[in-house]
Amino acid sequence: MREKARIMDAEGIRRAVVRIAHEILERNKGTQNLVLVGIRRRGVPLACRLARTIEEIEGARLPTGVLDITLYRDDLSTRLDQPVVHRTEVPFDVSGKRVVLVDDVLYTGRTVRAAMDAIMDLGRPQVIQLAVLVDRGHRELPIRADYVGKNLPTSRREVVAVRLQETDGRDEVVIEEPCAADQGKER
Amino acid sequence: MPLKSHDVLALEEMDAEDIRLILDTADSLKEIMFRAIKKVPTLRGKTVVTLFYEPSTRTRTSFELAAKYMSADTVSISTTTSSIQKGETLRDTVRTLEAMGADLVVMRHPVSGSCHYLARCLDAPVINAGDGMHEHPTQGLLDLFTIRERKGRLEGLTVAIVGDILHSRVARSDIWGLLKMGARVRVAGPPTLLPPGLEDVGVRVCRTVEEALQDADVVQVLRIQRERQRGGYFPSVREYAKFFGVNAARLGLAKPDVLLMHPGPMNRGVEITSDIADGPRAVIREQVTNGVAVRMALLYLLLGGREE
Repeated sequence: MREKARIMDAEGIRRAVVRIAHEILERNKGTQNLVLVGIRRRGVPLACRLARTIEEIEGARLPTGVLDITLYRDDLSTRLDQPVVHRTEVPFDVSGKRVVLVDDVLYTGRTVRAAMDAIMDLGRPQVIQLAVLVDRGHRELPIRADYVGKNLPTSRREVVAVRLQETDGRDEVVIEEPCAADQGKER
Repeated sequence: MPLKSHDVLALEEMDAEDIRLILDTADSLKEIMFRAIKKVPTLRGKTVVTLFYEPSTRTRTSFELAAKYMSADTVSISTTTSSIQKGETLRDTVRTLEAMGADLVVMRHPVSGSCHYLARCLDAPVINAGDGMHEHPTQGLLDLFTIRERKGRLEGLTVAIVGDILHSRVARSDIWGLLKMGARVRVAGPPTLLPPGLEDVGVRVCRTVEEALQDADVVQVLRIQRERQRGGYFPSVREYAKFFGVNAARLGLAKPDVLLMHPGPMNRGVEITSDIADGPRAVIREQVTNGVAVRMALLYLLLGGREE
């Protein structure tokens, strides 16, 4: 994999999170009934950062959950490598809540579709909104994000790598491109 | 990282990595059982057949609920109502089921090794739900899960298994699983009910129940299988209870935070007294709950997302 372009650094990610936090509060008119749910893996640290930032702004700690969408994937019967199931930890009732789903990259929309099904199996939220750090286009389903850190036009053969301190040891968003050495390897 | 084995027949044949994957997956799936709507769509369109040649309530129900919670369809066949009565062979029965589209077969059978035979006849994965006196791997896995969940680990724990080891497929699966995961295993029971060769695989054979229970982290009490007791292995049920039954005094020899387990169904007053079976150290009901989670994990790992 060859790095093609550097899109965001730590400071850029921080500013995007702060802006999204403000937008969430503005759109939902405060923190009433508001909950955050991060989609594994990198949506989880992003949801925690949003919760911390919102606490700094409003002084209210939002309930924050973790969603594993493996059981709701639509490609389970076609994938050769079976994904490992991790825990879903949503320790509150989502019924009647304003749920903000958080993920790192919005691409085909299939993950978000799975996440919405997973949330609805847990209860009946009043609203589901979607916050993503990067929207790279190429939707395959009628899904859009309510809060976007950065819109990033890409080609399908490119890879958008979001790296976060909590999962990868550093904060950055880069576009990578497969090079000759990756031939035969998937992505 | 899929499971390496195509079938789940015996813990003796499974390595620690596969066991760990099953326990981790069960840990992730257990939460589904406590939801208001206990269902995920993962195994939609898959069919699980349970084929029981021996009576069973908990194991069969556990498998069927696990399949239903994962959205698989289930068909259950029992020997009394099926063509088995007309003399159909095991091979023909399961080949018929496979021809109808069964994706996985769960079987309990009184003959040891029958599940291995079945796995050779079928392309679909087979899960052994107990074969004769051989193994009951899903019970072994749920016991490992229960211990790991309560103690946080398996390695280095001392587990005492008390009772009829000879006829117990649960004991065999427990012993293999525990040894592979690094636990120490002791057994105690009437000498006539202890199979030879236990020491050779690393099990400590104790002369008395007291010796086995001393400072144990976990005690698994086995059921006295009256249906297999025609051979006069011990003089009487009363005498068994007196010398080998686990009661409060004997349990007191184990560590204060001991887990008391029983694979069920219990003969209260024989191998275990009621006061401790319903007491604070018992995790017998948790074992049942965890059984469903472990079976959900196995169904996911064997049926979810692999194109063979």
